[in-house]
Amino acid sequence: TPEGGFGLGREALPEEIAAWNVDVRPGGIGLPEGRGDVATGEQVFAEACAVCHGDFAEGVGNWPVLAGGFDTLDDKDPVKTVGSYWPYLSTVWDYVHRSMPFGNAQSLSPDEVYAITAYILYSNYLVEDDFELSHENFAEVEMPNADGFIVDDRPETEYTIWRTEPCMEGCKDNVEITMRASVVDVTPEEDGAEE
Amino acid sequence: MNDLFKSPSRRAFLRGSAAAVAGSVAGAASAQEPDPLITEIQDWAAITGEGVDETPYGLPIRFEDDVVRRNVPWLTADPISSINFTPIHALDGTITPQGCAFERHHSGAIELAKEDYRLMINGLVDKPLVFTYADLERFPRENHVYFCECAANTGMEWAGAQLNGVQFTHGMIHNMEYSGVPLRTLLEEAGLDAAGDLSDKWVYVEGADASSNGRSIPMEKALDDCLVAFKANGEALRKEHGYPVRLVVPGWEGNMWVKWLRRIEVMDGPVESREETSKYTDVLADGTARKWTWVMDAKSVITSPSPQSPISHGPGPLVISGLAWSGHGRITRVDVSRDGGMTWETARLGTQGDSKALTRFYLDTTWDGEEMLLQARAMDETGYVQPTKAQLREVRGENSIYHNNCIQTWHVKANGEAENVEVS
Repeated sequence: TPEGGFGLGREALPEEIAAWNVDVRPGGIGLPEGRGDVATGEQVFAEACAVCHGDFAEGVGNWPVLAGGFDTLDDKDPVKTVGSYWPYLSTVWDYVHRSMPFGNAQSLSPDEVYAITAYILYSNYLVEDDFELSHENFAEVEMPNADGFIVDDRPETEYTIWRTEPCMEGCKDNVEITMRASVVDVTPEEDGAEE
Repeated sequence: MNDLFKSPSRRAFLRGSAAAVAGSVAGAASAQEPDPLITEIQDWAAITGEGVDETPYGLPIRFEDDVVRRNVPWLTADPISSINFTPIHALDGTITPQGCAFERHHSGAIELAKEDYRLMINGLVDKPLVFTYADLERFPRENHVYFCECAANTGMEWAGAQLNGVQFTHGMIHNMEYSGVPLRTLLEEAGLDAAGDLSDKWVYVEGADASSNGRSIPMEKALDDCLVAFKANGEALRKEHGYPVRLVVPGWEGNMWVKWLRRIEVMDGPVESREETSKYTDVLADGTARKWTWVMDAKSVITSPSPQSPISHGPGPLVISGLAWSGHGRITRVDVSRDGGMTWETARLGTQGDSKALTRFYLDTTWDGEEMLLQARAMDETGYVQPTKAQLREVRGENSIYHNNCIQTWHVKANGEAENVEVS
């Protein structure tokens, strides 16, 4: 086979890589040049985002809430938002730029994405209303829950405990039903076969 | 219900007896009258059926029209970024028919023709490459059977027993035979010398759809058993499963099985994309969250009897059947309990389990018509034993959303109906 393998495929051109390689990593690695402030972001957000996410990024109906929820992660029902949960601002920029608005993705310019990101920060009380976000100051923004994540620790906390010969007989003295799905009654009705 | 298994009630006994009588009437062993399905000539034995030109590509016979995907509208804001469920209550064996294998999209199932398909490899490679679909078919190919389980499978059951059917509680899963090219082969085609020490390198994979579904995968896994697949169960991938090309990430959470795969970037760190920060991270009781919980742990569930597959034949011989799987390797054993976990008996594996693939198990038993609390408990080749929900909650709390591999309980009543319950 040719050097490098099978000689299949062809070299990617710089323009092609630039078109598809748009991921942005923590610290802003991969960001294009640009800037946008909160006020501009509020306008763009109102036009492109608020119909689902609300004027203040608070969410409409069942659509995702982007702001608020601080100090709820250990509650019975955590509210996981950009402000309360997301560890990196880079993810906001990357995801909005690549995949939002829902149904019209990749329609936002880099400056618009900077502005929307600034507005989402403002909606989470993380910056003042005169804040401008740019490729130059991006890395300075720290998210409140940046330290809230641990790498999968199941090997230590679970596997060591549960890799053991299980009980086969006399494992409990008694068994009681403690919860029933029919009480909740949220299962869709069957249709189709019964006729 | 306190004394469910202390002293079987007189009433349950009577109901069991009645069912036994009904069962024997339906059975051929005691037929009193000749069966007209035998004694009278049926249409299908006299006139003709359909010609071979009737159905170039067939669908199941209409009597099986309950064996379909179902969705639960209240689970998501809309059906475009949503989930549906494989009818595992009605399937047997291990291979999932593609036409009813579950779907999970984040911006819908896109239509991408082979002619329009491009796969790019870039980043820390010797030569960034673009492949066409035709290029991919010229690389040496492998076939493997693997399960694809959504990280959120059984996720609605963390806080209690919610959905009354194994399709809904465990149906975010399918199991197919994939044909494709090892990801390692494509990475080596682009050349990994530029990446230097591979032990701290990653690949970022993304799809051609609007959601992109980008995920970071450590290089060790990328070079191990990941497959760039273009056939499943013998034929092209279905549109909704990533036609024409998807990534197969054996044993790992379904989100990483990027569909409509369009780009693979070799990197010196993870991207920490939306799908590995906001989503697919698992909140623990103290509010911290696990990230990179890639592997799907050993899990099993009884598919019949179950709420959608009640016992309709009365007491006597009963086949208890189910599925087991583990992202760590082969299933080596499945135990079944009929009394809510007080006693267990070891089931029979349908065939020797494939690594990181669904394994069918059976317990061929006799039902006395009494109530049962059915459970299955899987063990894999690492010695891991599937935990109870209480054990999982003790470590994680109730807000992990993902990776719920708890032991499931079905309450089978004396009339043969079954319900999703939790037990002490």
